[in-house]
Amino acid sequence: MSTVNNNFDAINWAEFPDQAGHFGIHGGCFAAETLMEAIDALREAYFSLKDSEAFQAEFDDDLRHYVGRPSPLYHAKRWSKEIGGAQIFLKREDLNHTGAHKINNTIGQALLAKHMGKTRIIAETGAGQHGVASATIAARLGLKCVVYMGEVDIARQAPNVYRMKLLGAEVVPVTSGSKTLKDALNEAMRDWVTNVDDTFYIIGTVAGPHPYPQMVRDFQCVIGREAHEQIQQQTGRLPDALVACVGGGSNAIGLFHPFLADSDVKIFGVEAAGDGLNTDRHAAPLCKGKPGVLHGNRTYLMDDEHGQIMETHSVSAGLDYPGVGPEHSWLKDIGRANYVAVTDDEALEAFHALTRIEGIIPALESSHALAYGMKLAATMRPDQQIIINLSGRGDKDINTIAAIEGIEL
Amino acid sequence: MSRLAGCFQSLKAKNKTALIPYIAAGDPNRSLTVPLMHDMVEQGADIIELGVPFSDPSADGPTIQLSMERALENKTSLNTVLSMVASFREKDQQTPIVLMGYLNPLERMGYSQFAKKASIAGVDGVLTVDLPPEEAGEFCPILKAEGLDAIFLVAPTTIAERIAKIAVLASGFMYYVSLKGVTGSNTLNIKEVSAKLEQIRSMTDIPLAVGFGIKDAASAAAVGKVAEGVVVGSVLVKKIEENTADAEKITHEIGVVLSAMRKEMDK
Repeated sequence: MSTVNNNFDAINWAEFPDQAGHFGIHGGCFAAETLMEAIDALREAYFSLKDSEAFQAEFDDDLRHYVGRPSPLYHAKRWSKEIGGAQIFLKREDLNHTGAHKINNTIGQALLAKHMGKTRIIAETGAGQHGVASATIAARLGLKCVVYMGEVDIARQAPNVYRMKLLGAEVVPVTSGSKTLKDALNEAMRDWVTNVDDTFYIIGTVAGPHPYPQMVRDFQCVIGREAHEQIQQQTGRLPDALVACVGGGSNAIGLFHPFLADSDVKIFGVEAAGDGLNTDRHAAPLCKGKPGVLHGNRTYLMDDEHGQIMETHSVSAGLDYPGVGPEHSWLKDIGRANYVAVTDDEALEAFHALTRIEGIIPALESSHALAYGMKLAATMRPDQQIIINLSGRGDKDINTIAAIEGIEL
Repeated sequence: MSRLAGCFQSLKAKNKTALIPYIAAGDPNRSLTVPLMHDMVEQGADIIELGVPFSDPSADGPTIQLSMERALENKTSLNTVLSMVASFREKDQQTPIVLMGYLNPLERMGYSQFAKKASIAGVDGVLTVDLPPEEAGEFCPILKAEGLDAIFLVAPTTIAERIAKIAVLASGFMYYVSLKGVTGSNTLNIKEVSAKLEQIRSMTDIPLAVGFGIKDAASAAAVGKVAEGVVVGSVLVKKIEENTADAEKITHEIGVVLSAMRKEMDK
């Protein structure tokens, strides 16, 4: 499957995905006929608006004044020095309004929903960051909002559940299957198919049927575009490597995509190894899975020998997903990006390190990127530099951390 | 002629409509499925739709979803389903069988391997819910090479251009989803169904079966007047759900529903 090609200069990155949403063998539109009209309407609306100057201006204006962009690129000098390797720069998506990169995409999709005349938005959420971002934009635009969330995730992300309710959203607990993100996605699709006339489905990651992976990527690319400019302003050159965590993979693709053509920049996506890749308790489809079809696209998946989707495990709810965005699958196949994994324990260690050394409490999801970034930086020279995407802040995770340490809050 | 085409042709000659019950294979246990299939034929079923359990049935409602969860707890794999069909064929070589499910288990087995095994087992048609015609270019020819019919869904929202695209690939019959929503949803508007079926008929002469929202003998008969086939699923699966531990009661209650539908449809 893996055709590693080191001549990336020949690739025109703008040509991917193709018109039907394919990235190599991955992506596409594997949806039930009952959803096709809604997907066609979405595709048409998106492609007619995406290059419109007025739409872009509206989007950019919201990112600037409502989200607070551009987010800083922060040189973590103390931490870099302590590690003793490459200089680490953190892309501070944790400083966005609502505390994570998710808001970039929900603003884009909600603007699209408004242009399409939809009055109700639905969303699925794992860690709750995408649910909060959706509830936030729904409140601002006066749209009704329903968020589907697995029962297991509701229990481990209680602060975010309450935030969504405060924002006026209805949070529907999902009790089917593994009661996590994948089941929330199933339930949101069922809602969409039943209420297509007035409802817009805001998918939170770069997965789902075409055009979602492309559309969500386009909205998240603001991360990478800013970082591309900021690192050159601050250091006069491009980074040697990029690191981001990958669940569905939206913060990662947002950082990576604007650097794909810079073939000297190495790219690392970090999956959740949970208890370890050699156990069956992890969430690392790119490291350990095979291509298959789930939630509207072909991509690397964690399934059993009969094609049933497996339950995944990660300490981080946002990475606890058996699939991954199809563009990552393709970047893996062609060898442009490297996909690695870190365990729950390694992520927790990085969580504490950043908190104590830099005074920044990172999300558990982002802590996976930090953990690999630490290891990578240690193998590099101090005159080299890497950008780690700090995709979200860790306030939502303090209950989980406290519970792991046996502390009752 | 395929078993499905033959079935619709002989029903047409008798001025009858096909009654097509759906159950998920392996629900409530693996040993009841084949006897239940035989019994459904005795109670008036013309074609059997056998659900292939999948962990993430996102186009199905809660009833079918729970049914698939029970079947998976019983370790019903695609291989298990195929051996059930083979076992059914030992006694019944006539009743067409359609497998209905999702793509990933078929991908994992491999399209060619699946088509070969299904054909040998005695499967007649395959409906893959999450495989629209745009992505079916590789799969359909493989099915056809093994003499299997490719069944596709058509929805109330499917525009003419897509119906034409589906008609090119479809054989056996087309499955018209009578209402917006997931399996087991409410309310069925016969007038709307009938108008859409007319539109489809103007583009293809493939038999049309209607499913989603058929709950009782009256709705089955009403749909039977405008379609060549009536698919009934959630109402039967509900009987299994209510009596998981009582095989006799399941068989009896499903039989009562089907024979009432048969009677009303044949009036």
